[in-house]
Amino acid sequence: MIDIRDAITQAHHAEWARVVAALTRRFGDLDVAEEAAAEAFATAVERWPADGVPPNPGAWLTTTATRKAIDRVRRENKRDDKQKEAQLVYDDDPPEPLGAIDDDRLRLIFTCCHPALAMENRVALTLRMVGGLTVPEIARAFLVQETAMGQRITRAKAKIKAARIPYRVPSAEDLPTRVSGVLAVLFLVFNEGYLATGPDTDPVRPDLTAEAIRLTRLIRALMPEAGEVAGLLALMLLTEARRTTRVSASGELVPLHEQDRGAWDAALIAEGHRLVRERLAAGVAPGRYQLLAAINAVHTSARDVRDTDWSQVVALYDQLVRIDPSPIIALNRAIAVAELDGPEVALATIDRLDDKLAGYHAYHATRADLLRRLGRSHESRAAYDKAIKLAGNTAETAYLTRRRDQLG
Amino acid sequence: MQYLVSVIDDKSNPGSTDRQPAISAFNERLIAEGYWVFAGGLADTDAATVIDNRGEQAVFSDGPFVESKEYLVGVWVWEAPDLDVALKLATEASKVCDRKIEVRPFV
Repeated sequence: MIDIRDAITQAHHAEWARVVAALTRRFGDLDVAEEAAAEAFATAVERWPADGVPPNPGAWLTTTATRKAIDRVRRENKRDDKQKEAQLVYDDDPPEPLGAIDDDRLRLIFTCCHPALAMENRVALTLRMVGGLTVPEIARAFLVQETAMGQRITRAKAKIKAARIPYRVPSAEDLPTRVSGVLAVLFLVFNEGYLATGPDTDPVRPDLTAEAIRLTRLIRALMPEAGEVAGLLALMLLTEARRTTRVSASGELVPLHEQDRGAWDAALIAEGHRLVRERLAAGVAPGRYQLLAAINAVHTSARDVRDTDWSQVVALYDQLVRIDPSPIIALNRAIAVAELDGPEVALATIDRLDDKLAGYHAYHATRADLLRRLGRSHESRAAYDKAIKLAGNTAETAYLTRRRDQLG
Repeated sequence: MQYLVSVIDDKSNPGSTDRQPAISAFNERLIAEGYWVFAGGLADTDAATVIDNRGEQAVFSDGPFVESKEYLVGVWVWEAPDLDVALKLATEASKVCDRKIEVRPFV
């Protein structure tokens, strides 16, 4: 029985996106594909315990889902002309070669992450259609009511249909922008798991980080040449490797320099480092995710925080600033500068960011830490107060509060 | 698939007024490539009249149905195979008109 349940879970992970993608291409309708795929998996749950797991679960699921979809189309087209229906039922196209199916999944991903959809709708739709998460699961992940999340997904599907958002992989010319749109969705899912924002949620949500990594791996397998995809995957792996050391037993965030490096996940770090080296060897100018991954590779290469190659970190941030002049990158660069040139130099740099980052908790937390190191306790306390007020993550709030209360 | 393409101006930050030659050239291209269905520029919103005859007698009111900073200055109807094609053209149209563009599908 346990084996059957495992087999179904495994089939769900391996085949959901494939089934939805193949049916979307055949029926030209995300709604039909989603419903039929869900019904096929429900049928598997019913039948596999008695009948046994079919020799090719993916083919079984696709066939079952296709039958369900034909039933639905038939119900809806009852008065439609019989010929069209006959074509649907007796479609004897040869089975698609594997390459074409992989292509379908890419189509599905690009459609769900289309720039004409609002970001929150892209995230919800991708988790549902590609990730196979249920609406209640996605609603819980983003602390939204189930009905509201259901409507978000329904509206997104309706827009795709009404505006005719195409089901295809973008042209080579548009591909880089569209890929970064997909990666932005996955990075958002990962970050919500890595540093959950709500006051009523666990500080780290491994289910979300794992799902983001799984989907990024899928895209990596489909687009092995795309440097930024490899970069984002490496960034996620090197971050995930530190997950268990990021929150203490008492529920406090543990900053990088205080983490137990021996407890970091060596296998994930090795895989992340391999990807970073692969991108270095490619000799192509790295994008944003590749640079962030390289920075994380420097950190995870140091057995002790004192061994960190800070000049390398600052050099990578210098490259990053050139392609992404955002104040948040400048802030993170300043944190590395503090290690290289001292807190005074770093403080002077970040004070210039005040008008842009005054509403960002990490800005005040960084200032508080630098002021503390400079012995300016009074100003440091005020900065901690601001950071605590703005921080949404429970573990981070706990850490900042303790730090403030330790000030002399 | 037909799309209504609206050109939107902003009273507090209007687009430049010298766009007509560029728009004409763009229109010619739309025609040549088979996207063009209809195009028209609109008079100022002050010239609009709203009629409401849902009650016992028709009521006429002077001006647009909604007063806003942003308003419609012109429309196109395009025939395009899908939204990506329409969005690509709209991206150019926004430059050509020096204004924001809304793309909305007909049902």
